[in-house]
Amino acid sequence: MTGRGAKTIRVDTLARVEGEGSLYIKLVGDRVADVKLKIYEPPRMFEAFLRGRHFSEAPDITARICGICPVAYQMSAVHAIERALGVRIDPAIRLLRRLFYCGEWIESHTLHVYMLHAPDFLGYPDAIAMAADHRAVVERALRLKKIGNRIVQLLGGREIHPISATVGGFYRTPTKQQLSELVSDLEWALEASIETVRWTASLEFPNFEQDYEFVALRHPDEYPLNEGRLVSNRGLDIDAAEYEDHFVELHVKHSNALHSVVRGRSSYLVGPLARFNLNFEKLPEVAHTVALEVGLRPPVKNLFRSIVVRAVELVFACAEALRIIHEYAPPAEPRAEAPHRTGVGQAITEAPRGILYHRYALDEKGLIVTAKIVPPTSQNLKQIEEDLREYAARLVAWPTEEATWKCEQAVRSYDPCISCATHSLKVVVER
Amino acid sequence: MNSKTKHKPKIGVFKFASCDGCQLSLLDAEDELLEIVSALDIAYFPEATRTMLKGPYDIGFVEGSVTTHQDAQRIQEVRRQCKTLITIGACATAGGIQALRNWKDVDEFVRVVYATPQFISTLKLSTPIAEHVPVDFELRGCPISKHHLIELISATLAGRKPNIPTYSVCIECKRKANVCISVARGIPCLGPVTQAGCGALCPSYDRGCYGCYGPMESSNTASLTKQFRILGQADDQMVRAFRGFNAWSWQFRKASEDCEHK
Repeated sequence: MTGRGAKTIRVDTLARVEGEGSLYIKLVGDRVADVKLKIYEPPRMFEAFLRGRHFSEAPDITARICGICPVAYQMSAVHAIERALGVRIDPAIRLLRRLFYCGEWIESHTLHVYMLHAPDFLGYPDAIAMAADHRAVVERALRLKKIGNRIVQLLGGREIHPISATVGGFYRTPTKQQLSELVSDLEWALEASIETVRWTASLEFPNFEQDYEFVALRHPDEYPLNEGRLVSNRGLDIDAAEYEDHFVELHVKHSNALHSVVRGRSSYLVGPLARFNLNFEKLPEVAHTVALEVGLRPPVKNLFRSIVVRAVELVFACAEALRIIHEYAPPAEPRAEAPHRTGVGQAITEAPRGILYHRYALDEKGLIVTAKIVPPTSQNLKQIEEDLREYAARLVAWPTEEATWKCEQAVRSYDPCISCATHSLKVVVER
Repeated sequence: MNSKTKHKPKIGVFKFASCDGCQLSLLDAEDELLEIVSALDIAYFPEATRTMLKGPYDIGFVEGSVTTHQDAQRIQEVRRQCKTLITIGACATAGGIQALRNWKDVDEFVRVVYATPQFISTLKLSTPIAEHVPVDFELRGCPISKHHLIELISATLAGRKPNIPTYSVCIECKRKANVCISVARGIPCLGPVTQAGCGALCPSYDRGCYGCYGPMESSNTASLTKQFRILGQADDQMVRAFRGFNAWSWQFRKASEDCEHK
């Protein structure tokens, strides 16, 4: 390749991402002429059929947007509806929800770090092939993932589409004893997560730093999961209720999907890098220490290093789960009563892949009048394409096959969830 | 994930309109995963591997429902490529939650969700795989049970019939010695008409079953509707109860329409 001719990087089915998309990059000479991350996953139109459903059904229905992060949907849904109805929750419920979310982070981050992302760094097509040479590593991953799933299962009834979370709390809350039974597993998981940080930090990273607008929740006392103000490194500092004033979705000519942008600025990044960079000082000491040990400190601007940041968040999630279990005393009631009345409520929570926005308007019978859901992947989409534009330009001299794999790896760094994105990511299918 | 060994069955996992949760169930089988995949030649499973081998496949697992023209064509090709075709989950076996469009004006739905509706190509109905091609086995659930999936894979490899229950959730409650929440506490519960598989999860967590595994064989929805009325459920509440994740299964469809047109 002399850099003169035209060359195409094309991946018809992106592997090891959740959902279906394809990648198309056109290089002409040493210039990137076109980048398209096409989403061909069929739209499912949740916002349309949520209308007329009772608010109590929203956590069950929206969970079905994504089998990988159903807890995130349940949490954003219950918080938004509680806000619409003015429901106040018991502090013990607040703790349990944080624990529930920790379980999902452990399960989802482990899946991504070891099974979806790490094979790229080590040159394997998948984690199973990786297991042939790195059996102990994959076994560690499976055990860690199972512990995350155990938390979700205990609090929610099952790992995928849990059934216990509801507006006001849970249908049934666990006893102190039930939670205590998780402790020995979590103590192992904490150590395994620290090992995960060291292991991921030993991988080789392309030197690719970008100047991002990082957007994440920030809470005065804790690393963000369920609540906080939405902030960025460029001065954003808003309540969830103001989200739609500050973020808009644009139809960009070169893309088949609408792109979410910060009003008056441009693309932005949500997810582990954003959370880490904006909340580093809120990490528990054990996560702090191991991050510094491997030389990770904010701002981390290399998206390939997100695998290490995810591992640091694994340490956080295990330590936080242990703290909560230690502190927990069951609430007097499993859930607060939710009245039927008109109202509008918005909420943002931190899904494993970044901020997840829900808004509901309810009528006097408790039925949903309108719903809006903006998942993390649709917010990252514009940034993914912009990164690919920059990154592919550095690969023009590479053989197509290797350049293709590198670009796939870049996309996978975002842990994109296309199933989430397409429910409302305004997919445009060309006829 | 492929292996050169010839006798291992070649597996494909295909996704249609869905949430990915049912195929994730395989990766959630943490204790069994390495053993399962060592017995299989995973030839096509994009969620898990970059390796993508062409068919034909010995067993194809299909997740998701058919909602677009392209997918209506693709399922024909998938069927041609698979010796045995197994659907996994409520989307593939009953159209999924996205089948709620089937009672509405889909063009209006598109206008609600999409800024440029003229570019959206979607079918009026979300339909199960069996409405398009013959299916060898339908695994129920929203999501499926990973234990069922392992049993199904083992049975298929051994050439025997899978041991998967077809009775109702009520039987599972009895086995767990749950006090009936409907009888004792007046909570509406779809357990009597819903196929078992979850382990009576919702009643065990103090809530009524909402029908994840779809209608059991010979489900008496008319009788349950009567019981719901006694418990004070209005028609619109019953319509919503039957119109969940298995809304387009013919039994739940009929039950919801009977309540609607009463």
